[in-house]
Amino acid sequence: MSRIELNNVMKRYGSVEVLRDINLDIQDGEFIVLVGPSGCGKSTLLRMIAGLEPISGGDFLIDGERMNDLRPRERDIAMVFQSYALYPHMDVARNMGFSMEIRKDPVAERKSRVEAAAKTLGLSALKDRLPRALSGGQRQRVAMGRAIIREPRAFLFDEPLSNLDAALRVEMRLEIARMHQRLGATMIYVTHDQVEALTLADRIVVLNGGDIQQVGTPLDLYERPANKFVAQFIGSPTMNILPTSSQPTGLGLPNGGHLAVPAGSQIQQVSELGVRPEHIDIVTTDDGDLTGVADVVERLGSDTNIYVQVDGVGSVLVRRSGNLSVKTGDRLGLHLQRDSIHLFNSGGTRLVHGTV
Amino acid sequence: MAVSRTHPVLIAGKYLALLGYLSFALFPLYWLLKIALTPDQLVYSEGTSLWPSSVTLSNFSEVLFQTDFLSYFGNSLTVSLGTAALTTLIAAGAGYAFSRFHFAGKRLLIVVMLVTQMFPLLMIIAPIYKIISSLGMLNSLTSLIVVYTAFNIPFATFLMQSFFDGIPKDLEEAAMMDGCSRFQALRKVVFPLTLPGLGATLGFVFTAAWSELLFALMLISKNDAMTFPVGLLTFVSKFSVDWGQMMAAGVLALVPSCLFFIFIQRYLVQGLTSGAVKG
Repeated sequence: MSRIELNNVMKRYGSVEVLRDINLDIQDGEFIVLVGPSGCGKSTLLRMIAGLEPISGGDFLIDGERMNDLRPRERDIAMVFQSYALYPHMDVARNMGFSMEIRKDPVAERKSRVEAAAKTLGLSALKDRLPRALSGGQRQRVAMGRAIIREPRAFLFDEPLSNLDAALRVEMRLEIARMHQRLGATMIYVTHDQVEALTLADRIVVLNGGDIQQVGTPLDLYERPANKFVAQFIGSPTMNILPTSSQPTGLGLPNGGHLAVPAGSQIQQVSELGVRPEHIDIVTTDDGDLTGVADVVERLGSDTNIYVQVDGVGSVLVRRSGNLSVKTGDRLGLHLQRDSIHLFNSGGTRLVHGTV
Repeated sequence: MAVSRTHPVLIAGKYLALLGYLSFALFPLYWLLKIALTPDQLVYSEGTSLWPSSVTLSNFSEVLFQTDFLSYFGNSLTVSLGTAALTTLIAAGAGYAFSRFHFAGKRLLIVVMLVTQMFPLLMIIAPIYKIISSLGMLNSLTSLIVVYTAFNIPFATFLMQSFFDGIPKDLEEAAMMDGCSRFQALRKVVFPLTLPGLGATLGFVFTAAWSELLFALMLISKNDAMTFPVGLLTFVSKFSVDWGQMMAAGVLALVPSCLFFIFIQRYLVQGLTSGAVKG
């Protein structure tokens, strides 16, 4: 049982505000991922929850109990560090059981819990090794084991996979997902990797410049981004953004073209149009909303990425599944799927466009 | 190009240079031992030969049993161990604070500590003498410990700070998340990892105090409080220098330094923190 609430939490270093008005209500057992570019304050927020960084304002509650002024050890939260932070002079078993050693739990219980955790994480054979004799992935497992053993109220992860190579990262990501299913514990996970965010999270919190941009399920963020920042941050390859102007019957494009979209209530405010690469169809040049020349073609096997140099607009990325026969230099027509177009006003806020 | 293969002439040159350096550095030690083993009557007649025609241990037995050498030796040991322990304790505390905490006046404190290292000791020896004599501490080993400690703290602090800087902050934070108080984290995680640093600092301060002559000469005039470097001078009399005994005493004085370094050298082995963070 651990519901975590952040009410108007803020962080100041001297006169510099690095986090403003952070409001979050995290349900018991929820997996929350904090994402954002470097310097957006996501790690700072995590460290404030951990108690490693003082909270400058607002309230932080666990199950209704105010935590602001409690020391890390009194909060009963476990954290997995980006650097793993294993104690180099202790073997794997002692590293994992260290919190119970400090808590002065009975030795027999500590042993059996270390044993059980080592078994689930596949570390049974390595219990007597020192951290320096372990590979990166094994160190990561030990760090996770150290967190699990305590049975804390919540788990915090600070970019735990960023020091691993790509293959291991996928494997450990699965491991973390399984761990969450098995324990059903509240977890808060910081990453700058949107794939980790989309695959692991129940809800994603997108941060930028110290503000929460949007909170929602992965699909919410993908389908209904609150603004241009979220739209471009979530989804890979990133969303195409085209400057547009509103016209009585639809949208004007910078090359003088015209995009027929039913006029919604806010259509006058549109300044930019966003469309994901996977929501553009390739059609004949006569039928296209836009026409252009294929500039670069990337064949990924399952998908083909085509960078199209659109006349008077610039580069637009199109992603189609399968292996397309498009060649560099081909002239293509592009059709933008109308129900997947996102419209933004000059401030970058997404406009709700009724029938579009 | 041929980066992997080094030219044999270059290798030979490298070893020649090392050999040259080693013989230059170790020759005085060899000469010390040689004179100590040379019988008195041969010191002048065979002074320049590399090895005397006969060898004796009488210089050693005379130094040990007929002079005050053992008393000097004991005094030096007390002063050096006292200084090393006291300095390392204070430097460790100060170094930890400099490494981990931000506090008002930190920069000023660092500057002041650097300033103390700027002046030649000869300039401050008179005021120090005045202070110690006003305190009535002349001819006491305590005065030497206090003075040595004061002069060694700045360097030892910077040394310890660099060792603490080398220990990732994450480790302490992880320990605190695991339920430690800051002091417990220090004791259970940071302290064991700082042993090499403590060893190096102890060794450095011990050696400095062991061979210090200037203050010992100024502050100690009574025979029973003399440290070993001052005691060595008693082998120089008005009309002659007892080279054999002086050198034998010198050889004996090397023993504790060597023992001390053998004792702490396993803590000096670096790489203890490897594997703590990153992959």
